[in-house]
Amino acid sequence: MKASSRTLHRSGSRSDLSPRVRRGLGSVLFVFAFSTHAAAEALRAGVFDPPRAAPDFALNASDGSELKLSRYRGKVVALGFGYTHCPSVCPTTLAYLAEARKKLAAAGSDFQVIYVTVDPERDTAANLKAFLASFDPTFIGGTGTPGQLAQVRTAYGITLSDRIYVDTLPKSTYFLDHSSFVYLIDRAGALRAMAPFGVSADDIEHDVKVLLSR
Amino acid sequence: MKYVLHYGVLILLVVVALGVPAWAAFAPIHPDSREQIYEIPKGTWARRQAGEKFDLIPAEIHLTLGVRDVLVMKNHDDVPQLFGPVLIMPEQSFRLPFGKAASYLFTCPLHTSGLLTIVVDPEPERGWSRLLWRTTAAARSSVAP
Repeated sequence: MKASSRTLHRSGSRSDLSPRVRRGLGSVLFVFAFSTHAAAEALRAGVFDPPRAAPDFALNASDGSELKLSRYRGKVVALGFGYTHCPSVCPTTLAYLAEARKKLAAAGSDFQVIYVTVDPERDTAANLKAFLASFDPTFIGGTGTPGQLAQVRTAYGITLSDRIYVDTLPKSTYFLDHSSFVYLIDRAGALRAMAPFGVSADDIEHDVKVLLSR
Repeated sequence: MKYVLHYGVLILLVVVALGVPAWAAFAPIHPDSREQIYEIPKGTWARRQAGEKFDLIPAEIHLTLGVRDVLVMKNHDDVPQLFGPVLIMPEQSFRLPFGKAASYLFTCPLHTSGLLTIVVDPEPERGWSRLLWRTTAAARSSVAP
């Protein structure tokens, strides 16, 4: 570090620059070098080429407001589908997403998790809010009418089974098989990648960082 | 002179008999590409609409870590297609790299079972494992059309 500043000082024209300008120039070069490196870095999730615009939707948010995907332009969004009574897949996915967000530290403020229910009968906005808050209070849930949710699933290619009942459990208890991956949407609202179930928090953090730097 | 020739041939045979398996067992694998590509040809949707039934991808796909561990799906049809786990737009491709040897289960409406299994085998290690992998790969490529 010392050597480079000495070199800068010795070089005729640059030595005329004020320290403030030099610092600014250094920051610009650093940001350029960092962003070039990040842009070249490959995502670890599955990648769409070319990326398409993520279909927008309007649902009821778990915080009581209207949930529009386009509201989150400027942030990297992880979009998942599931339900609060899910015994394993959804809690695991949400735990990884929460861990990834924690690892992102300050950059995590530009990362938004949206979890859309596939079970509107049991997942009210309040239930979703409580469920998601147990992972991360910033996570937003989405619910709506069965028709609205079916439209969103179709737009994203999400599959959903009929209700699965277990003989030994009460009739009110049922399970659902659903697509378990998470989409990653960039700041511009383009559907960039799909992280299959089981992708680690480290890999999610890596990909979100790459997308945040683009 | 005759014996020299005989011995020469014998030595050559021994060298080949030992050398080829040794190479197969210890030489590093340098694949041309790590991608396993599946494509939806143009007209697929129209064929399905006409009642034709066919599988575009096998229900179980085998990949090998470090050798062929990137699944690529391309849609050349005129309509969006659910291909394996994802919805792929016309002339869009989806590239999914795998970093861990495991068995991955995806929902896939293209199959009657509704499931697609992707088995990612571990990278063949030097020695017996790599020899076996090369032998299997050679056998597969000789059978493939």
